[in-house]
Amino acid sequence: MTLDIIIFLVLATIAVLAALAMLLSDNAIYSALFLILNFAVVSVFYLMLNAPFIAMVQVTVYAGAIMVLFLFVIMLLGADKLRQPQTDIPWQQPLAILLGLVLLGVAAFAIVSRGSVSVPSPLSDQMISAFGSPFELGKLLFTTYLFPFEVTSFLLLVAMIGAIVLTKEEKTKLLPRRPTKN
Amino acid sequence: MHDSSTAFSLSSLVPLIVVFPLLGVILNMLVGKRLGDPWAGIIASLMSGLAFVIAVLQFIGLFLDNFHATTITLAEWIVIGTLKIPWAFQVDTLSVTMMLLVTGVGTLIHVYAIGYMKGDERFHRFFIYLNLFIVMMLFLVGGNNYLMLFLGWEGVGLCSYLLIGFWFDKGANGVGNARAGRKAFVVNRVGDFGFVLALFLIFWTSGSLIFNDSFKYFEEKAKEHATVTAPAPAKAVEAKPAEGHGESEGPTTEQIATAITLLLLVGAAGKSAQIPLFIWLPDAMAGPTPVSALIHAATMVTAGIYMIVRSNVIFHLAPTSQMVVALVGASTAFLAGSIAMGQFDIKRVLAYSTISQLGFMIAAAGMGAYVAAMFHLLTHAFFKALLFLSSGSVIHGVEHGHHALHAHGGGGHDHHDAHAHNAQSDSHAAQASAASPDHHEFDPQDMRNMGGLRKQMNVTFWVYLIGAIALAGVFPFAGFWSKDEILADAWLIGSKQPYGVAVYVLLSVAAFFTAFYMGRQVFMVFFGGERTDAAKHAHESSWVMLTPLVILAVLSVIGGALNLPKFIPGGEALGKWIEHSVEVHAVGFNLTVALISTGVGLFGIFLSYLVYGRSPMMTMTDPLERLGFVFRFLNGKWYVDELYQAIIIRPIEGFATFAAFALDWDLWHDFFHDTIIAGGFRWFSGFLAGFVDKGIVDRFFDGLGGFVRETALNFREFQTGYVRNYALMVLFGVVAVLGYFLFVR
Amino acid sequence: MVPTSYYILLSAILFTIGVVGVLVRRNAIIVFMSVELMLNSANLAFVAFARAFQTGEAVNAAAMSGQVFVFFVMTVAAAEVAVGLALIVAIFKNKHSIDVDQVHQLKG
Repeated sequence: MTLDIIIFLVLATIAVLAALAMLLSDNAIYSALFLILNFAVVSVFYLMLNAPFIAMVQVTVYAGAIMVLFLFVIMLLGADKLRQPQTDIPWQQPLAILLGLVLLGVAAFAIVSRGSVSVPSPLSDQMISAFGSPFELGKLLFTTYLFPFEVTSFLLLVAMIGAIVLTKEEKTKLLPRRPTKN
Repeated sequence: MHDSSTAFSLSSLVPLIVVFPLLGVILNMLVGKRLGDPWAGIIASLMSGLAFVIAVLQFIGLFLDNFHATTITLAEWIVIGTLKIPWAFQVDTLSVTMMLLVTGVGTLIHVYAIGYMKGDERFHRFFIYLNLFIVMMLFLVGGNNYLMLFLGWEGVGLCSYLLIGFWFDKGANGVGNARAGRKAFVVNRVGDFGFVLALFLIFWTSGSLIFNDSFKYFEEKAKEHATVTAPAPAKAVEAKPAEGHGESEGPTTEQIATAITLLLLVGAAGKSAQIPLFIWLPDAMAGPTPVSALIHAATMVTAGIYMIVRSNVIFHLAPTSQMVVALVGASTAFLAGSIAMGQFDIKRVLAYSTISQLGFMIAAAGMGAYVAAMFHLLTHAFFKALLFLSSGSVIHGVEHGHHALHAHGGGGHDHHDAHAHNAQSDSHAAQASAASPDHHEFDPQDMRNMGGLRKQMNVTFWVYLIGAIALAGVFPFAGFWSKDEILADAWLIGSKQPYGVAVYVLLSVAAFFTAFYMGRQVFMVFFGGERTDAAKHAHESSWVMLTPLVILAVLSVIGGALNLPKFIPGGEALGKWIEHSVEVHAVGFNLTVALISTGVGLFGIFLSYLVYGRSPMMTMTDPLERLGFVFRFLNGKWYVDELYQAIIIRPIEGFATFAAFALDWDLWHDFFHDTIIAGGFRWFSGFLAGFVDKGIVDRFFDGLGGFVRETALNFREFQTGYVRNYALMVLFGVVAVLGYFLFVR
Repeated sequence: MVPTSYYILLSAILFTIGVVGVLVRRNAIIVFMSVELMLNSANLAFVAFARAFQTGEAVNAAAMSGQVFVFFVMTVAAAEVAVGLALIVAIFKNKHSIDVDQVHQLKG
């Protein structure tokens, strides 16, 4: 049991518990906050995996932007009040949990039986900094993956327009009607 | 006989003899309606006249060719195995004689008909039929084989039917004329049946239907069995039973020949109105008078005699048949002559007279006196056609008189109407009571409505008188010579065989009857006072109708010159002529017979004068009616029609009714069809529809449909509408696929 | 160093939790957040594998590709959240509820 593994286990437990808490919480804001905690922990994991840039991006984008957006909407809609116990499909929940466990079991089996328990090879310090550096990432991003990069920019544009269009109010009778010939 | 194919000979023109009238038929069919009255008739007469010209050319041709018979073949008609029948004309003296008669008298009657049928609405159709008749008759007499003869036989039968029923909408109850036509056709059919059987036998025995080939066979057969070397078929009249013994297999030639000839007699009896098939001819008077004259006096009815004369070779082999033929002819002559004495209708008298004279001809043919038969055929054609046409003239005149009395609003209009009505008066008056509203039971053909017409219709009277005297057989008119020859033949036969005596007696009494009823007719119609107003106002016919009458009258007078007895220079012209085609024996002039026949004729005329001429009839009652039952029997035609009706028609009709109603309707239709078939079918289809279709098939498919619906309804549950459910399904799938890939593969 | 499979196992667990969250929760926003959780777990797996492939002295393009992909996933996730939340707002305007079970008109 090295220190890495202990830290890993502790953090993993926090992550899982945070996820579960998000799932089980009644209050939507609590769920969001728990998710932010989860994201933070995962960000630490990224650091442990020698990917600092990704870790920063994770915190910035996910925790900082996306979750803030979530919180805005939650507060806009007053979502924390929603909770109706009666449901038309009572069998949904047990079945879902069962299937989830089955999925987990299958995945675990696959990982444990086939996955390598090997440790990733250690890197030199120079390599460590190179691996997670934005420089290397950017180099790859703008050469090999240039096209997907441009496409994602377009995607973001579309998403922006979509968000505006979807929430726009119908404007009727804005302009005075021109009298039509009968 | 040789086939003329090298140098041009007049006989090669013989096909034209049918082409011209055929052309007339086609022309009138195409444009006849537009040409109308009288041009359609003129065309038809022209064509008939051209045919006459061709016949005359054939006559001349035979003279030039030394009377050799020629065969002009046009084409092959039937070639099946050994049966070969060509379209071929036989130009020999016998056929040319008939051709001349048919086309000559035919043309005269065509011309007469132009005037007679004037104003008729189906004018052109009449001439189509007439020309067609000429065509068929020429096939009959001109063909070189029995099948062409039969073709013409049937063809003239058809034309007779068409022409008898020409005014098919007139007559008793509106169908009388049509019924008469049908009667003629059906009765002829009975005769034709016999004829066809005879044809079969001829072919079966001799292997061919061509005259020359078939006769050659029979002659050879006769030679085999004859004890005399020379064939001399004329001698066969003295019944030599030489042939017939020794053939161990099958019937003898004589037996076959007897069968053939008896069947041929049946055919001739139908066509030539002999006992027992004569009943159609009086009814045939329903047709227009030209038809009666041409077909039922001069030409068609003589076809039977022609056929017998042509088949003389076969008849010579069957002396039994010859006796039968002669007796049948003589009996018919007697019977018909007696009936004629009791008839009131002017045309019926002539009709029965025709039957009687045909009996004379048939008797002559039966006795082997072919020249006499042909001679009488020719002279009879002349004066009988004359008499008929004249009677038509008389009827026209009386009708005119009748119409002039009952004026139909206006003179000119009346005149025109009268013509149209006149043309149809023959049919109106064919029965005792006319159904037309105009002629309230006034029959213009009833001799009792006439009288004293000598004054109004002078020309008609004279020609009629000539015809009557000729028919009665008074010296020196045509009828005397021909009838006398027949009687001489009968006398000759009578000296050898008993049946000849019977023939002679019957024929002589028939000759007496002939003289009597002709005298009666002439006195009743032309002498004395007019018995009705219509007769008073009768007037003479037009020159179109009178000219042929005059021509025929002349022929009736001089026609005897055709075959005067041997001792007169130029005598036996016809005999010598016919001899080239037919084996004949000259009988010579028998003074005794001549004197007896003249005496008989004069006695008949004298008797009629006593009864009808001295104190002419002033009332409608015939003096003969004092004979009571006898007269009624004669007037009722010996009740032959009624006898046939009872014995033959009634049973057939009864059977037909039974077959139609009981068998066909009740049994077949109602029971079998409706109950069994329709009912059964209905039951079966009901079974199919109900049990099978509804019960099984429907249930199956309904069940199938229901099953599908149930399944669908059940499967519908999957579509809950909840997104979460769908996501669950996806997860389920994912797990399954993962599991598959991990554990199975 | 932590074995790679540990990270993967953790990723699987987080993913499963996200799945169950999507299926079980009726609040649309919670469902969305579960989806983000799932995406995030995938990211974690990517980075873990990227690290595992990084061997030797030079920067391994394959390894870096893992990070690049994480980058893209985040981008897409952001866009998706934007649109999705806009949708939820729009639906809320109509139905005044964000219960996913309320939107079941398309039932068969």
